[in-house]
Amino acid sequence: MRDVIEAALKGAEADYVEIRLEETEHTFLWYRGRELEDIGRSTGVGGNVRALVKGGWGFVSFNFNGSPDLREKVSLAVAQARLVNGDDFRLAEAPPVVDIVPAHVLKDPRAVSLAEKKAVLDQYIEVIWGVPGIESSSIYYGDGRRRVTFASSLGSYIEQENVDVSLRLNAMARDGGEVQQAGVSLGSLGDFSFAESLHPQAREVAEKAVTMLKAPKVRGGDYTVVLDPVLAGVFIHEAFGHLSEADHVYQDQRMRDIMVLGRRFGGPHLNVVDGAAVPGLRGSYKYDDEGVPASRTYLIRDGVLVGRLHSRETAAKMGEGPTGNARAISYRFAPIVRMTNTFIEPREGTLQDIIADVKEGVYACNWYGGMTSMEQFTFSAGEAYMIRNGRVAESLRPVMLSGNLFTTLQNLDAVAGDLDMNQGGGCGKGGQSPLPVSNGSPHIRIRKCLVGGA
Amino acid sequence: MLERLLERAKQVAQEAEAFHVERRETPVVFEANRLKAVETHETEGVALRVIKEGRIGFSSANTTSDVEGLVARAVEVAPFGARAYLDLPSAQSYPEVRVHDSAVSQVPIDEMVHLGQTLIDRVRDHSQEVLCDSRVVRSEATVTLANTRGCYFQYSRTVFAVAIEGTVIRGTDMLFLFDYLSSCHPIRDVAPLAESLVQQLERSQVVAPVQSGSMPVVFMPWAVIGGLLPPLLAGLNGRMVLQRTSPLVDRLGERVVAEQFSLMDNPTHEYVPSSRPCDDEGIPSQQTPLIQQGVVTNFLYDLQTAGQARRRSTSSAERGSGSLPTPSSSVLLVSPGQHSFDDMVKDMEVGLVVERLLGAGQSNILGGEFNANVLLGYKVERGKMVGRVKDTLVSGNVYQALSRLEGLGREARWVGGMAQVPPLYFKELSVAAKG
Repeated sequence: MRDVIEAALKGAEADYVEIRLEETEHTFLWYRGRELEDIGRSTGVGGNVRALVKGGWGFVSFNFNGSPDLREKVSLAVAQARLVNGDDFRLAEAPPVVDIVPAHVLKDPRAVSLAEKKAVLDQYIEVIWGVPGIESSSIYYGDGRRRVTFASSLGSYIEQENVDVSLRLNAMARDGGEVQQAGVSLGSLGDFSFAESLHPQAREVAEKAVTMLKAPKVRGGDYTVVLDPVLAGVFIHEAFGHLSEADHVYQDQRMRDIMVLGRRFGGPHLNVVDGAAVPGLRGSYKYDDEGVPASRTYLIRDGVLVGRLHSRETAAKMGEGPTGNARAISYRFAPIVRMTNTFIEPREGTLQDIIADVKEGVYACNWYGGMTSMEQFTFSAGEAYMIRNGRVAESLRPVMLSGNLFTTLQNLDAVAGDLDMNQGGGCGKGGQSPLPVSNGSPHIRIRKCLVGGA
Repeated sequence: MLERLLERAKQVAQEAEAFHVERRETPVVFEANRLKAVETHETEGVALRVIKEGRIGFSSANTTSDVEGLVARAVEVAPFGARAYLDLPSAQSYPEVRVHDSAVSQVPIDEMVHLGQTLIDRVRDHSQEVLCDSRVVRSEATVTLANTRGCYFQYSRTVFAVAIEGTVIRGTDMLFLFDYLSSCHPIRDVAPLAESLVQQLERSQVVAPVQSGSMPVVFMPWAVIGGLLPPLLAGLNGRMVLQRTSPLVDRLGERVVAEQFSLMDNPTHEYVPSSRPCDDEGIPSQQTPLIQQGVVTNFLYDLQTAGQARRRSTSSAERGSGSLPTPSSSVLLVSPGQHSFDDMVKDMEVGLVVERLLGAGQSNILGGEFNANVLLGYKVERGKMVGRVKDTLVSGNVYQALSRLEGLGREARWVGGMAQVPPLYFKELSVAAKG
């Protein structure tokens, strides 16, 4: 195959051409209610060609049987790129790489039989349904292997494989017309074993769903909020992570002025890092989808913006170095700038230390989701409690929190020391979702955070 | 080629159904006011469902070449699969629902580029401050469905879509404008999109903060499909009813919202991108009234959930990529009312008009809750829109809110190629705002 790919790249009349071929295998088990309602196995084979001519991009994606006619796809991509007539530019330098990267695998999910997987999940069904008051549950388990071959006209040739595992447990409780649900999302890079011992978590989500039926809603308004590591991870991903993706910034001079390196976004206790060059997390890899080696990038250091995430194009146009953050969810898409493993660095102390002087506030944990429009963002908690006189008090219905880039990070006034990475997340951008990422943080405290309620 | 797959499957299972989609999509992409990329996406997908010893097995791939692999994987998982409560349909006669216009695939790329550039130029003629991203996309897909009971059907659909997003940054204030049009016909006139963006911009010239509390709120069509319809549809989904996790369990035939509210699922609307002659299991498309004058009249079922609930499929089977069909809405129609938008605004002393939401659907939608940031919305003071709100959340329970619906607009519009919706006017919703 390598010679076919390299032959197709040769002689293309473009400033740059890359070919990405992909093979995938996916297995899933989906319990809706007590029963395993949906189980299936899928395979996929596809590829794409991306070409750059005088600053304009052409992109062609395709499925194939056997061996694709890559020359034809290259010509089409080049012809399309020619139609664009863009502003000429050169991609940021990235030395050609030739490498073969096997998957990072501990307990390989592919070596676990369907019967074993089902046996594990059946136990969680029993645990959840054993909790009085549970009306239904939903459990989704999926594992997938993705093998990508990347080659570029600059001489890179990389074969890279990864194995991703994800699991979501959900429990629903109902009382008349009231329905409440609680859930937990987990995942790993190439390791089935995390999925085997979640009995306590299964019981906990079931109990929470039932408890929430009786819980009151919070009154909407500003509160001091304390976020657990899971929700704080979602918070930093939404509140800041997306705006550190250079493709949101590079073409807009006003945005560049706002996101100028050296600008202060938070207090000196705030340090934010993103990077795929950390082994074993769901957002980890050796090379991104442009063949650039992964790195570890400080976005905020001591409260000051010091870096951002780049593709080769955004790095070139902003005169900064590539960071290896160009990712595509599949061969159907061109790579765009994405986060990988994003976290707030730990300081010191515990939850107790940072709630001690909160008279009235909200302790928000776990997540339903999060979204950003850059300046304003939302992140929703899967569970919430009032904080009264320095203690976690009564349970609340889940809350939606909203923030503003320019005030909320400034109001983040305490960072504990208990960093935890959440591996259950999936990120969406530009129609590419869910991309495996991880987020993390220690417990954090935010003053005057807007909480939605009844 | 599906015949070969079915023949092979029939040798090892009692029943089988094959579903195949082939699609070619050509997007023309603009970024920062300029053409950035021209793309072509060719995709193919095939799904196989088998019934073996009363249980359902499933596999999928993106090529039909590996017949043995598809059959082997579906049969491998079948012993673990759900008990089959469905009978696959035999040959059916289908209503004529036109969703294909060959003119779409003939629109030259040059013309698509011209259309996108014209749209961006029009918006920027109004204000040079706006930075525009846009996508002009044409696509053509062919869906083929066949099963071992003799059902075979194939139809093609074309879609032409234009999306535009405008960004205005002043200091640290960011404003996002957006609209989208789609049709099974080519779109030749982008004036409505340009006018919509200009109108959003005009209404957003200044920031006008609101105070937390209860107030009258108008949900515009995008906010209705983003914030209100998802929790409502979760409750109307036959699967949720079956699992008894819908607030509407046991309430069929009862009034659950205000009398002026009616919602219909109608996939037979011609030339609407989400329309179709049949659902993804080969059941002929039908109109399904979901809520009529406030009364729950139907839930949405596919074959399996209908079998479990001892009801008939409402022709609502939809397939995502690589999983079994599941009940889903197709084209939603909310009946318009009597009010003009202007009258609603004039009626408010202090209130809010919500154009678009951020983060809707990320709360307990199963319970009917909506809770979202107002991505774009305008404050009303003494009957006039006075500027845009920021850092504002709107929340409630869709059943409670629709029970106290004050009125519906008489101007319904298409949103997202899947719903025709008027503005909805609520006398009292909970709003939380910074300050």
